[in-house]
Amino acid sequence: MAENAHAPLHTPLGLLAELTHRCPLGCPYCSNPLTLDPRERELDTASWARVFGEAAALGVLQVHLSGGEPAARRDLVALTTAAHAAGLYTNLITSAVGVTPQILDQLAAAGLDHVQISIQDSEPESADRIAGYAGAFTRKRALAAEVTRLKIPLTINVVVHRANIERIAEMVELALSLGASRVEIAHVQYYGWALQNRARLMPSAAQVARAAETVEALRRRHHGEIVIDAVVPDYYARLPKPCVGGWGRRSLNVTPAGKVLPCHAAESIPGLEFWSVREHSLAEIWKNSPAFNAFRGSSWMQEPCRGCARRDVDFGGCRCQAFALTGDARATDPVCHLAPAHNEVAALAAIQEDAPYAYRRM
Amino acid sequence: MSEAAPAIASDARPRLPRGVRLLHSEAQGGWVLLAPERVFKADAIAAEIVKRCTGEATLAAIVDDLAKSFNAPRERVLADVTAMLRGLADKKLLEL
Repeated sequence: MAENAHAPLHTPLGLLAELTHRCPLGCPYCSNPLTLDPRERELDTASWARVFGEAAALGVLQVHLSGGEPAARRDLVALTTAAHAAGLYTNLITSAVGVTPQILDQLAAAGLDHVQISIQDSEPESADRIAGYAGAFTRKRALAAEVTRLKIPLTINVVVHRANIERIAEMVELALSLGASRVEIAHVQYYGWALQNRARLMPSAAQVARAAETVEALRRRHHGEIVIDAVVPDYYARLPKPCVGGWGRRSLNVTPAGKVLPCHAAESIPGLEFWSVREHSLAEIWKNSPAFNAFRGSSWMQEPCRGCARRDVDFGGCRCQAFALTGDARATDPVCHLAPAHNEVAALAAIQEDAPYAYRRM
Repeated sequence: MSEAAPAIASDARPRLPRGVRLLHSEAQGGWVLLAPERVFKADAIAAEIVKRCTGEATLAAIVDDLAKSFNAPRERVLADVTAMLRGLADKKLLEL
């Protein structure tokens, strides 16, 4: 780790605040860990307010108020007020269930800058089936209307998988009709709950290729009208994603119980030592926590990453995925065509099964 | 980007929409434009342009002001500002 001591320490830009793991929805691709923090272990209002202040002092510019469903916290307005008072750009990431028009009014008054609402499908019945919650789709439409009525900018987030991949165009049209200025087309990333459901979520290669063409056509058609951001489908890629912009470089994630992670899935890697905001300041954690320093710089890398020209572009890909697929968190992300385990990714993608989802439940 | 950006009416009053903010961050070492789930670093010139997009000043006034402040030919400033504002508007970071 000697080399890492000299790796330049970057200033984080974003804080993902997982306010709670409680959520009325049961999406089978949920990015939360399999072991969820119970309500009694959640940080209280004052602790979050302190964390927001420490984040701003550290240079963080944006806070993403997420979960679980953040509205499951009764103090969501107070938390938003605190984040805004700390000078952070506040972004609410919500399923829409539990955010009443009254709460939204109060959030807007508290300085909320942006709202992201997830949509499971453009077909109401399918959307509710994917979410595992009857009536969710209707509530999402209603909240989106309230958000645009208050002139708060709106992003629609769509997680794409086998059950909805054929309707990307319809989902973008829906986002437009809801008044969104941005839509995120995010292929499922297979960690946690999604990994459990991988065979049930995995699209075919042909579907993925068509989806890519559809997204390009939609971008041309709606240029200047709506921003379309797309997250690539890992298992069908040749190059790995520079996950979270590089480990310990751009963002931090605070769990409901106060553990600070370099990315939301980091707890899936065994042996990492995470520090908590209950015992340390965010600045101390960013600089010194063993988990953050584990994969900073490049001294931890093996071949082919170590000598690769893209070493500082994609940082060897995603550590959690490397561990999930090879059992070694220091391995090259198998999504990379140069990775020794690359062929196994195609074999895993070929396993597709139509069976009921294992819904995410507490 | 060799093509000239489509012209913007000289009486347009560009402004940042709600949810987009220009900010100077000591910790990040300069100007940043904060937008929904995105952060753009802004160089000094971009910041000078965006600072003037208040919704009050017209494009013509902004260009006059910049040309005078930086002692630069007006034609050149107009082309640069138009290209930049058009790019921002396409990304939903500016209202024209």
